[in-house]
Amino acid sequence: MLLLHFLFGLLKSLTFLYNLPIHQKSEEIMAPILEVRDLVKKYGDFTAVKGISFSVEEGEIFSLLGPNGAGKTTTISVISTLFAPSSGDASVYGFSVLKDPMAVKGCIGVVPQELALYEDLTALENLNFWGQMYGLSGKALSDRIAEVLDQIGLKDKAKQRIKTYSGGMKRRVNIGIGLLHKPKLLFMDEPTVGIDPQSRRAILDSVKELNQQGMTILYTTHYMEEAQELSDRVGIIDHGELIALGTQEELTRQVDETDTLVLHIAENEDPQPLVERLQSLDGVRRADAIDHEISLITHSAQELIAPAIRAAEETGIKIYSMDIREPNLEAVFLHLTGRALRD
Amino acid sequence: MRKLFIIALKDLKLIFRDPAALILMLLAPFLITLGMGFITGRFSGNTNAGISSIPVAIVNQDEGELGQALKAVFRSEELADLVAPTFPTRPEEATRLLEADEASAAIIIPPGFSNSIIPDEGGSISGDIIQIDFIANPNAPTNAGILRSILNSFLTQVEVGRIGAEVTLSQVAQTGKLTPELAAQLGEVFGTQLAQQSAQTRPIQLKNTTASGAAVKFDLLMYFAPGMALMFLMFAVTYGGRSLLLENRTGTLPRLLQTPTSSAQILGGKVLGIFLTAVTQLSILIGGTSLLFRLDWGQPLGVVLLILAAAFAASGWGSFMATLFKTPAQVANFGSIIMLVFGLLGGSFFDMSLLPEWVSMLGKITPNAWGLQGFTTLAGGGTLSSIGEPLLALALMGIILFAAASIWMKRRGLARK
Repeated sequence: MLLLHFLFGLLKSLTFLYNLPIHQKSEEIMAPILEVRDLVKKYGDFTAVKGISFSVEEGEIFSLLGPNGAGKTTTISVISTLFAPSSGDASVYGFSVLKDPMAVKGCIGVVPQELALYEDLTALENLNFWGQMYGLSGKALSDRIAEVLDQIGLKDKAKQRIKTYSGGMKRRVNIGIGLLHKPKLLFMDEPTVGIDPQSRRAILDSVKELNQQGMTILYTTHYMEEAQELSDRVGIIDHGELIALGTQEELTRQVDETDTLVLHIAENEDPQPLVERLQSLDGVRRADAIDHEISLITHSAQELIAPAIRAAEETGIKIYSMDIREPNLEAVFLHLTGRALRD
Repeated sequence: MRKLFIIALKDLKLIFRDPAALILMLLAPFLITLGMGFITGRFSGNTNAGISSIPVAIVNQDEGELGQALKAVFRSEELADLVAPTFPTRPEEATRLLEADEASAAIIIPPGFSNSIIPDEGGSISGDIIQIDFIANPNAPTNAGILRSILNSFLTQVEVGRIGAEVTLSQVAQTGKLTPELAAQLGEVFGTQLAQQSAQTRPIQLKNTTASGAAVKFDLLMYFAPGMALMFLMFAVTYGGRSLLLENRTGTLPRLLQTPTSSAQILGGKVLGIFLTAVTQLSILIGGTSLLFRLDWGQPLGVVLLILAAAFAASGWGSFMATLFKTPAQVANFGSIIMLVFGLLGGSFFDMSLLPEWVSMLGKITPNAWGLQGFTTLAGGGTLSSIGEPLLALALMGIILFAAASIWMKRRGLARK
């Protein structure tokens, strides 16, 4: 029995070693490399994750989309072995987070939401330290650091301390650390929070590039647009529960009869009076304003154009332009929860 | 093991890049020691200027050589500027001088003190060693501390001589060539030699002879420098303990736990980092004061062992604090309080004998008290054998605290939500 156990362990280790180097995205049959089964995580009386199950297939970008506090970070924390699950299990390449946490850690890379960097060390020193923590050393480490610095575009500023960097540069180093050991499965937990649009664009492009190189990515976000742009499949999470799962087409099919009418108003205008007026119109399921953009969720956007213009005139707010958007993940979330993602 | 050192060295690098930490770890103790040097006139060319003519009442009820030797020390030319001894005949007179603030301390040498150490003509020693009474005047803490330091140095010298004589006799007796009668006679000879040595060479700490044979004079800074170094050592270990909680808050600890590095390696690395910081700080302070103030800290091997032991015990406290408190701010705030309390209890500010006995006993939980005892003993001419007690106490303290911190940490888990 012991011998069998040993042989099984050896086989798993060899499989793990064989799978380590990343390779080009292939057209082969996708196999789940991450499986989450009935995962529950409790903190005292509070249940942060309530028995979620999903799998991530090799080579895909899988997004967990949900508002702040939905349980996305807790899910990643458990899958990455930071916290033990209260019940249920997750496995990466067949290694259980409960039984083989060290093997799981060897397969994954993590880009945490917070900037987990040593501010008084330079980018080079940070990469050197974290590379060693991932078991790299010598020439392999220095070569890999050079590659990553090139990848994140910080070669020239590598010898500056992190505390002198801008928020976007710090984010790039934060991501670079997660890539050092060329993980096959990368967890990215809200990597674009709190950065400028330019840096955000660069990060989204780099996520796509990494995926094209063959890296499987589990991406969490509360930005619908990011999930829509990046993901092969999306899991929508709310209050610790996975409330929907599938490709974007599969998900938006649930809300086929839902349109979004977007009104653009002047930047110096207060949108609130118009939002309140629009909310009272027949056929409007929800009206929300973000900056100078008001979104109306409705069954028929076409029919709402004229009433919306009238409402704007009544409130004295000028509409500069408007467009109709196809059903999207925001609408799916609204359909399922009755709330907007940013609520 | 490699990862453990990588984590420790990273922490060491981080602390030495923090200007605020450097100020408190290195600059503050240096400046305070420097200030004490100026106050005591250490840098004006006169070693005893600033503090001089410290009144001390010495009651010698002993009729033996050692009592006379101690009196001779306080009458010596080397201490002529520093102390002003009076020799009342009865303890009550000494107490009266203390109460009238006419003496900073009283030293009572009880009857039979010499005979409890040196064999009499019949070769016998009168039971247990009789203790000398040192009564400090609470109104003159610094002066009392200096007097106590001089007395300790004398006693250390006597102790070293006594152990030397006992070991030599014992070794000769084991060869079978020495009869008990002859041993008794030899004991008398050794005892007499010891007394003569004590009296003639003013053995004591004032006459700590260096390897080159040159005499080193009693140095007031040797009382203050270790006190300050040990007090600010607690700051360094508090900083180290705080870094564990800080890393949890900033996310680097959770990130470490998501790498293929075990909790034991991470905790071990953090603790090693605290220890290395403490060793580095003490070494710099001791090395620096040796070079800048020309302090003689005593036997190098003993100093190294004491640095390691004090750093070990203090690191234990640092690790324990990291488990006791929940936030970096708590560790920083309570750490500062603990640093000051340990400084007070451990004798960094004034002589512990001024405090009630239970407070002095309480002070024994601090690395400061044991470290100070060890360093002043070494500086006073003590050898490795004379610092055995503080070394052992510091090592035990470290082991107990590290064990407690490990158990607590294991129960609670390294990362916190």
